[in-house]
Amino acid sequence: MHPVLRLVAQRFALGLLLLWAASALIFAGTQILPGDVAQSILGQSATPQSLANLREELGLNDPAMTRYFNWLWGALQGDLGTALTNGKDIADSMGYRLKNTLFLASCAAIVSVPLAIFLGLLAVRYQGRWPDKMISGVTLASISVPEFLIGYILIYFVAVKLGWFTSVAMIDDRMTFLQSLNAIALPVIVLTLVVLAHMMRMTRAAILNVMQSAYIETAELKGLNSFKVIYRHAFPNAIAPIVNVVMLNLAYLVVGVVVVEVVFVYPGMGQYLVDHVAKRDVPVVQACGLVFAAVYIGLNMIADIVSILANPRLRHPK
Amino acid sequence: MRHIPISALIGLFFTSLYFLAAIFAPFIAPYGMAEVVGDVWEQSSSDFLLGTDSIGRDLLSRMIYGGRTTIFIATAATVVSFVTGASLGFFAAVIGGAVDQALSRFVDLMMSIPTLIFALVILSVMPVTVPMLIIVMGLLDSTRVYRLARAVAVDINVMDFVEAAKLRGEGRTWIIFREILPNALSPLVAELGLRFIFMVLFLSTLSFLGLGVQPPEADWGGIVKENKEGIVYGIPAAIVPAIAIATLAISVNLVADWVLNRTTSLKGGRGG
Amino acid sequence: MANVLEVKNLKIEATVYPPGEKSRDITIVNGVSFDLKPGKVLGLIGESGAGKSTIGLSAMAYGRGGVRITGGEVWLNGRDILAGGLSALRKLRGAEVTYVAQSAAAAFNPAKKLMEQIIEASIEHKRCSKADAEKRAIALFEKLGLPDPENFGNRYPHQVSGGQLQRAMTALALCPQPDLVIFDEPTTALDVTTQIDVLAAIKDAIRDTGVAALYITHDLAVVAQVSDDIMVLQNGKTVEYADVDTIINNPAEDYTKALVSVRSIDHKEMVPEGTPLLRASGVNARYSGTKFDVLKNINLELYPGQTLALVGESGSGKSTMARVITGLLPPRDGEIEFDGRILSADLKSRSNDDLRELQMIYQMADVAMNPRQTVGTIIGRPLEFYFGIKGAEKRRRIIELLDEIEMGEAFIDRYPAELSGGQKQRVCIARALAAKPKLIICDEVTSALDPLVADGILKLLLNLQKIENVSYLFITHDLATVRAIADSIAVMYQGRVVRYGPKSQVLEPPFDDYTDLLLSSVPEMKLGWLEDVIATRKMESAGN
Repeated sequence: MHPVLRLVAQRFALGLLLLWAASALIFAGTQILPGDVAQSILGQSATPQSLANLREELGLNDPAMTRYFNWLWGALQGDLGTALTNGKDIADSMGYRLKNTLFLASCAAIVSVPLAIFLGLLAVRYQGRWPDKMISGVTLASISVPEFLIGYILIYFVAVKLGWFTSVAMIDDRMTFLQSLNAIALPVIVLTLVVLAHMMRMTRAAILNVMQSAYIETAELKGLNSFKVIYRHAFPNAIAPIVNVVMLNLAYLVVGVVVVEVVFVYPGMGQYLVDHVAKRDVPVVQACGLVFAAVYIGLNMIADIVSILANPRLRHPK
Repeated sequence: MRHIPISALIGLFFTSLYFLAAIFAPFIAPYGMAEVVGDVWEQSSSDFLLGTDSIGRDLLSRMIYGGRTTIFIATAATVVSFVTGASLGFFAAVIGGAVDQALSRFVDLMMSIPTLIFALVILSVMPVTVPMLIIVMGLLDSTRVYRLARAVAVDINVMDFVEAAKLRGEGRTWIIFREILPNALSPLVAELGLRFIFMVLFLSTLSFLGLGVQPPEADWGGIVKENKEGIVYGIPAAIVPAIAIATLAISVNLVADWVLNRTTSLKGGRGG
Repeated sequence: MANVLEVKNLKIEATVYPPGEKSRDITIVNGVSFDLKPGKVLGLIGESGAGKSTIGLSAMAYGRGGVRITGGEVWLNGRDILAGGLSALRKLRGAEVTYVAQSAAAAFNPAKKLMEQIIEASIEHKRCSKADAEKRAIALFEKLGLPDPENFGNRYPHQVSGGQLQRAMTALALCPQPDLVIFDEPTTALDVTTQIDVLAAIKDAIRDTGVAALYITHDLAVVAQVSDDIMVLQNGKTVEYADVDTIINNPAEDYTKALVSVRSIDHKEMVPEGTPLLRASGVNARYSGTKFDVLKNINLELYPGQTLALVGESGSGKSTMARVITGLLPPRDGEIEFDGRILSADLKSRSNDDLRELQMIYQMADVAMNPRQTVGTIIGRPLEFYFGIKGAEKRRRIIELLDEIEMGEAFIDRYPAELSGGQKQRVCIARALAAKPKLIICDEVTSALDPLVADGILKLLLNLQKIENVSYLFITHDLATVRAIADSIAVMYQGRVVRYGPKSQVLEPPFDDYTDLLLSSVPEMKLGWLEDVIATRKMESAGN
């Protein structure tokens, strides 16, 4: 087998292993409660009968190992169990919300990725001068600001004072595509601002790293113009680090989406998760945790695989 | 201490301001933390400098007490995170072998789940109390400190001067505390600032989601949550604590930046 | 004949940004003038920081980082290239003047095939068609002695060896048929035995193509082999500028004289007497997790107050031998006898006296000292650790040691970062001496230093040997150093000792093939030496 294929296969297998271990960790995380899950769900005033019923329903009388493998086996077949609070099938309720979250996250990615790469290039082009300094200043500010602050400042000024958009981002199936886009405009802007700074700074670092290589000097000393130096010599070496940066930040976006959905009352996965954490609806929390972890692990895996594929040493072994 | 840049001075000023306000909260706050003293969402006036909140408590007093809670929990969680992460990290680097492998792979696994999601999963079954928040936040975050401490210590451990100390016959204590630690300190101190900021933001986010500090106690994130409905009526009460979080975080960042620059320049050549 | 290159009164400045301070301008090169006729080679020589690379790049009007040409003129083929703009410069870079970098491994784009990179400039400047450029490149590959010239260009940079890559870089520079090539330390990064072959290939290529060249290096013996004229530089100023014969055989300036006579230390060989201080018998060793021995049946002896040199290329096992003796790498079998007792194989089970009497000095003095400790602490620790000396007595001993290494009391509170390269190495020597050792292992202690500084360190070591009667196990790849200080020599090759005995015997013919190769690889301060060596050596270097 070609060494690159072997490495990619290894990385893929590692991703699956990690996902499996993460599922165990998530399951374990909900089992470390001192006392009884049923008691904490129903509260102190619960009757012994209702407690026993709930224990039966949750399968709490089985050993933890059995419950874990039942849960994992179900999850592999798309059965995530039923919610404690309303008895609905979790996979059904989640499907619609997952779609909404992916819609929101993809829109944010489509706006932020090209913008971040463009601004990163700009910062490199004007390295050490005011556009670069401004970009690093904005980065410092934005890593220090919680997502919900950006959200509320935008709502306060853009939605309330100026009245350009609505302050909540409700969408449903009856809306046209354009109406949906209009509804999610503000959350998309917030998410973009949240990931932009990181992505920009990391892109800048990645390109600078390539531009400081000796082979760029060689290209300049061949008398090539700036465009050819970048296009022929910097670009082929910068793709991998940039894709890596993008993937890592998309993973970051997955987390940012939780808070932003709550701010804008958006019917997505984040809102769903937070609601059910407050209600102590353990099966829903486990299912959501698993989905978020899967997306996160998947994006990190893609980032690694891209670096493997782009490495000339691995593609053309000795 | 020859020359403190203006940005670090600003950072130092605001950081100490917030910390002093947190320590002396009962003496500074004009009203009690949970005392209802006025109407709902009053404008700012000479009685209520920042106005009142969603049920008529003085916002300034609540902010001061909220800051106390935020800073206390964030500091305690940072300490938990550092003590756990740094000692395990150094331990893994110096011992090496199977212990190092086991610890490092476990940390990889912990980091494969986003911190916020993991915290939500655990808090869905745990009683949400202040000590519980400190432990959960601190332990989840210690994975990052572990990675940094281990990486720094591994780098230093293979340097010739450590080998020279081993050849001299020095014990493990001397090597960790006299050879490795002084050289690992500056990246760790800078990281300390960043971890503290992360803790402030993390706690605020949890409280904002209703899963952090529980009412009637409040931290800054909780105050945002209490007053968020006001935003749509054009009442900025929710923005005030959010701005406090941001300024605290930026100030600490400025100080951490300065500390990092100062210590690295020491390494490059003193007085040069 | 008209000059290809004329440089008049060149001044080059740079802006430095010391952390925590205001940036300021410093002058790197001042008042340098020279000229170069077609087909001639000018050698630029100086220590690190002399400004020689900066001057070389000024012939392309190129400044690295914040470096800029602030005064003087650079005339190339009768045009003042500093007067034209950037687009005019681009027309001549890669066409009329080309550049060979020190590290070809970094200077080639890792993502592109060699051929594409080598012919790029020729096509960009429309010097010839793609087919002609490829033909020319293949001819150059052949001339430069690269294997399989037809297909060599289809490889990626990481698929060929360091020596080959440096030749390919030379092909890259010669392919557009320039009037001038700048060689910036083209052989410095290569292994000793490879360096000579690459040097000979470059010299042939220069002669055959009739191109003019600037040859930049820190090694006067190397530059003497390829140059017609030599300019000696120090701190950005010209020290001496003359033809190669004058510089080597009749230098005028003291600095040049010192450079020419470097490593001419006269050390009278001592004969083995008494019982050996160190005896290694039948040592085999391998690193954990590997399947082959890096040391194979090593037998050595070292007598009190004498120096044994372990010589070989990187990978020969000479540093591994040091790790075995110090106990960092327990051998698979064989034993080390030290001062009449068998040393335990593992460092942990050695007594304090074993540790104290066997000290070590490293190649990179920078990383051999804790940057957070003062010179006083660094030298004082062994005194405290082994002898329990404290307080005023300790300070007195530290000052004594500082005097011994010719530095003095003023350095006691300094940090390593405040010292020069030579001073750092001296402090490391003092730290070793503080333990009152019987044996000091010196691992490439001079190879990171400039020649004159290295000379000073060697003289100090010899001096200290006389005073303290200490033995040295001297590990190096540099035979000139060995000639200067050794009493006996062991030549190592692929984990074995291939030649061993008193210095006079080892350096006396007849040689085995490897020793011949190694000996013939040390450039001598003698005109025409390169041709003689290439004609007479028996074995090809491994790096080819």
